[in-house]
Order: sequence, then structure tokens, then C-alpha cells
Amino acid sequence: MGTGEIIWNGLALFMTLCIFSILYRDNPFYRIAEHLVVGVSAGYFAIILYYTSFIPKVWVPVVHEHKFYYLVPTLLGVLMWARFSRKWSWVSRYPIAAYMGIGMGVAIPVTMQTLILVPLHATMQPMGFTSMALFNNLLVAGGVLCALVYFFFSKEHTGAFGGVAKVGIWTLMVGFGAGFGLTVMGRVSLLIERFTFIRDYLQNVLGL
Amino acid sequence: MRWQIPLLIVFIGGVFMAVQYFVPLEFSERIYEYCVDWIIIVGVFAMGLGLWSLFRVSVSKIQTKAPAWKYNFLTLAGLFSMILLGLFSGIEEGKAFMKLFWYIYTPIQASMFALLAFYVASAAYRAFRARTLVATILLLTAVVIMLRLIPLGSVSGLNQNVASWILTVPNMAAKRAIAMGIGLGGIATALKVVLGIERSYMGKD
Amino acid sequence: MGFYEKLMTMDRRVVYLAMALAVAVPLFIPFQVPIHTTPEVKSVYNFIENLKEGDRLLIAIDYDPNAMAELHPMALTICRQCFAKGIKLFFVTLSQNAPGMAEQLVSRLSKEFNKKNGVDYVYLGYKPYPGLVILSMGQNFRISFPMDYYGTPVDSMPIMQGIRNYDDMKAVIAFEAGWVADAWIQDANGRYKLPVALGLTGVMTADYYPYIQSKQIFGLMGGLKGAAEYETLAKAKDRIASRGMKVQTITHIVVILFIIVGNIGFFMSKRKQP
Repeated sequence: MGTGEIIWNGLALFMTLCIFSILYRDNPFYRIAEHLVVGVSAGYFAIILYYTSFIPKVWVPVVHEHKFYYLVPTLLGVLMWARFSRKWSWVSRYPIAAYMGIGMGVAIPVTMQTLILVPLHATMQPMGFTSMALFNNLLVAGGVLCALVYFFFSKEHTGAFGGVAKVGIWTLMVGFGAGFGLTVMGRVSLLIERFTFIRDYLQNVLGL
Repeated sequence: MRWQIPLLIVFIGGVFMAVQYFVPLEFSERIYEYCVDWIIIVGVFAMGLGLWSLFRVSVSKIQTKAPAWKYNFLTLAGLFSMILLGLFSGIEEGKAFMKLFWYIYTPIQASMFALLAFYVASAAYRAFRARTLVATILLLTAVVIMLRLIPLGSVSGLNQNVASWILTVPNMAAKRAIAMGIGLGGIATALKVVLGIERSYMGKD
Repeated sequence: MGFYEKLMTMDRRVVYLAMALAVAVPLFIPFQVPIHTTPEVKSVYNFIENLKEGDRLLIAIDYDPNAMAELHPMALTICRQCFAKGIKLFFVTLSQNAPGMAEQLVSRLSKEFNKKNGVDYVYLGYKPYPGLVILSMGQNFRISFPMDYYGTPVDSMPIMQGIRNYDDMKAVIAFEAGWVADAWIQDANGRYKLPVALGLTGVMTADYYPYIQSKQIFGLMGGLKGAAEYETLAKAKDRIASRGMKVQTITHIVVILFIIVGNIGFFMSKRKQP
């Protein structure tokens, strides 16, 4: 590692330890890192947005390519900023309405297709008891139905309906348990990466 | 006009985009492309709202000497440093802008999420109790899934198969039911927005 | 206070210390753990192995530094496999903090494999509103990306000649840490029938198994384990994820012991109550 790398990585190590210090108790070092990251991330995003979105999508088309119709969405975007004025905040409704209308209109058929129709079709597979695959399909269909019944809160969960809802909650608990098991792996991965960084830095600098 | 025209825009935009999905004629595809293109540009400016908000909130905390107000100088310092460095030195790898990204932002962000590993362990010890049948089901499933990563000798193969079955059958059924519920709720909300029944996104007068 | 009551009210910092030791100590001890490969990961590997030189693949780098530990190793391994096979890669980022990471990945790999920007690969860059960008790419890449990340007009690049939209791509391999994974499935696959494979963080993996069964995605790589499986299948030289799996094994043993001890303490202290 060169001197520059040692210094920069040392700064990264300091930031890492500032964050980990919260495990002992709240302290000024943690607060410093916490507030610094908010500003740095916002500044980073602002600049990335400027270079990757504003320049190619607004500046170059309007100023260099003379595609002046791009001034329409630019004006709509600027109207968004009226939100900060109490007197003129109603003006920001126009671009918001355009965004919501287009976004919601696109979402309706696509959501119906990918979250309702295709999964329904995939759930209705050949079922039976003669092979493991057929039995699994039966379990999946039964599990989906029972879990959907559990989410139906317009009817009281009593009697046979309540029994089906109970099977539904058991199915959901298996799902949540699987999620928790994978979450442990996910969270530990991040810790492994940080400790690996600390180990590598100490080995490179201190020869440990 | 402050309400009617925006609601009309939402309705026309929503209906057009929904119908266009099923009627892909050339002229409707053209309008669809322009809509998507222009809304991305509107979004570029909308993102700036958050940045101005951050600046205002930080300055306000400093002016009113809110609790821990001195730390907000760091927030502003980080914000302006990145903006000035980005504008004057560029965003290529190796520049000062990217150095601050890699050696300040990245370790802090990664460490903040790495803390969750400690909290997960603490939660597993202090809160994960087999109090009821449903809690026991959750706990046993989580343990079986976690055992996937532990070599268990001759039992490893059986455990891998059981874990795989759990993920591809009951877990899949549960998550599919949840996704369907989300889909139905999403469609209902989208319809309410397009038809003007849901208006909270427009704010108040 | 009885033994079990003391056990139940142990300072949480003792738990934190145990966890820290469970992660730190294995890093200094050389040992390996077996990696069992799953069909979901194998299908991604086989898909890429069956591609020919010159085929085009869209790679979406949509993760922040907080998910880098899990997703960077799988992104590196897959991109190395693609470059080694001569597959042309089109990189895009739809997450606001991903551009820097994607650029570092792209620069590193292009130097490693001596690949030329604009000829062998292109890094299109970042745009906000992932759902709309994914939809726009289904019509024409140039709607959202008239220029690449470095400001070069895409029409001036040889790799973009004759490329219009998803019809010109074999698939998208999307590395996701958030809801953008849903946008790829709903918009790219739902509307434009583009084959989608996902590399996900461990936290999200369980939620996406339904999409494998319904064939809305053709492959799923979940967390560090998924990355380690891919490294094993691809016989990768640099096995970052595989090295992390030994630490995963020890920490999982520790967490399971915490659960068992916590429950023993709970039931024994409950028994002692009148």
C-alpha cells in the first residue's frame, strides 16, 4: 500500500470504528459519522444526477441539439419546486398529476399480469398424491388459498373459515421463518466484509 | 382549476397508459415513448426537492440551536464538499469526489448495515421465544434454514433437501399469497388514484 | 436472582462481543466448508455457458455500498465468465448510489480482460425512476440513455449499432438490493418478455421463490451463499464469497446457540415461577 492509500484507508477504518462504537453506547464519534454520511450521500446523488441525467436529458438536447420541446418537461419539473411556497404550492400539482397518472396507468395492467394472473396460473398445476411433485403442487395451492383466506378480514375467523385461516397463518409463519434464516446470513455477510477490510488494513499496515 | 385540471390530467394519463398496453398502435407507442421520456426529465428536477429540503432542515436546526445542532455543520460540509468537488474535479474514478465516496460514504454505509448483524444476534437471544405454536413454527423453520450453512456430516444432505423443500413449497406459497395481496392492493390504489377518489398525493389547499 | 434469570437479563453487549469474536476469529484460521449448489443458481450458470461469442447481455448493477458484500462477488464472477466467453455486456444502474460501484466494476474488468469501451461493452449509466427507465429501454435504449456514463453519444459506439431495445438482448442479469427487482420482473419480463435472472441480498431471497416457479425469472442467486455457489460452478480464481462462507458457518452456529440458550432460559425461568 502506498502512503496515500494508507491514509485514505485509514480514514475508512476510522469511519468504520466510529459507527461500531454505537454498540458500546451513543457517543460523539458515532454522531459525527452519522451526520457526515447524510451530507456526503446527498451531495454524491446531486452530482450523479447532474452529470448522468440533467446534462444528457436536458442540457444537451435543448442547448446543443435544439430540441426545444424538451422545455415542456423541464418547465413541469421546475413547477415541482413550487411546493416550497405556501402561496404557489398548488402549481406543483400539475407535474405530480402527470407523474401519478402515467405511473398508475402503467402499473394497472402490468401488476395484474405479473402479480395476479401469472402466479394464479402457476399455482393451478396438476395435483395429486401419486408423486412428490404432484403432492408439492397440492401443498402450494392449498397454502396459497389458506394464506389468502387469512388476509380476508371482512369475515370473522371462526368455524371452518377460522380453521382454514389458521392453516394460512402457519404457512405464513414458515415463510417468515425462512425469511429470518436468510436474513441472518444477509446481515452477517455485511459484517464479514467490514471485518475483512479491518483485518486486511491491519495486515498491510502493521504486518499482523 | 386547482383541483379539476390535475385530476383530469391523472385520469387521462392513467386511462391512456392502461389502454395503450393492450392497443400497441404506432401512434400510441409514440405517445407512450414521449410520456415515459418526459416524466424521467420531470423526475430529475423532483429529486432536487429532497436536496433543498435537507439544506433547509440543517440550516433551520443550526439557527434554532436544536439538540445536537452543531453536528449539522458536518452535514452541510459533506453536502457542499461533494457538490464542489464533483462540479470542479469531475466524477471519474480516482478523483477527489470518488475518493470521498469510497473512503467516507461507503465504509459508513456498509458499517451501519453491518451493525444489523449484532442486532439480529441480540434479537435471536432476547426475543426469539417458542411461546406459542406459530412462534415455534417460525423458530424451527428459521433454524432449519440456518442449518443449511453448517456442515452436518451424514445429515447434511437431508438438511439441504428439507431446507430446499421449505423454500420452494411452503415458503413459496406464503410469499405468493403475500404478493397477490400486494398486487390486489396496488391495483385498487392505482384505480382510486386514476379515478380521482384518492387525492392525498396532491396535498392540501 | 437465579441462574436462569441472570441468563435472561445478560447485558446485550456480551452478545455483541460473542458475535464479533464469531466473525473475527475464523478470518484468521484457514479452513473450508463445502458449498452445495442449488438448481436456481445452476440455471443462471448454464444459461450463460450456453451463450455464444458476440451474444448480448444486459447487466443491471442496482445495489448500494450496504449490499456490496453480497452482490459484488457474484457480479464480478458473472461478468468475468461473460467477458471470457466474448459476450458483449451492456451495463446499466438504476439505484442512486450504484453508479460509482458499477463504474469501478466495469473499469476493473475491462483492464483485466483488455476489453474496449464502446466495442466490447458499454456502461450506459444511471437514470432516476427505475420503473419508467426499464419501460423506456423496452422501446428504445436511447430514450433514457442518449449518452453513456462518460458523456459519449451511444450512436457513435460500434456496440450500439443495430441495437434498439430488449429484443436485441438475450436476457438481463439484475443485481438487486431493493424493490427495483420487482420492476425488472413486472416491466421487463411482464411487458416485454425479456428473460430475467436476479442476484439478490439474503434478506430478499425468500420473497422471490414464487417467480422461479412461475418462470417469471429463470434464475436466482441469493446472498453470499448464492455468490459462493456461482464461484464454485464457474471455478472462479478469486473466491471472495466462498472464503466468507466459513465465517457464515461459525456465526450461524453461534446464533443457533443463542436461540437455544435463550429458550432454555425462558422455559426454565417460567417453570420456577409459582
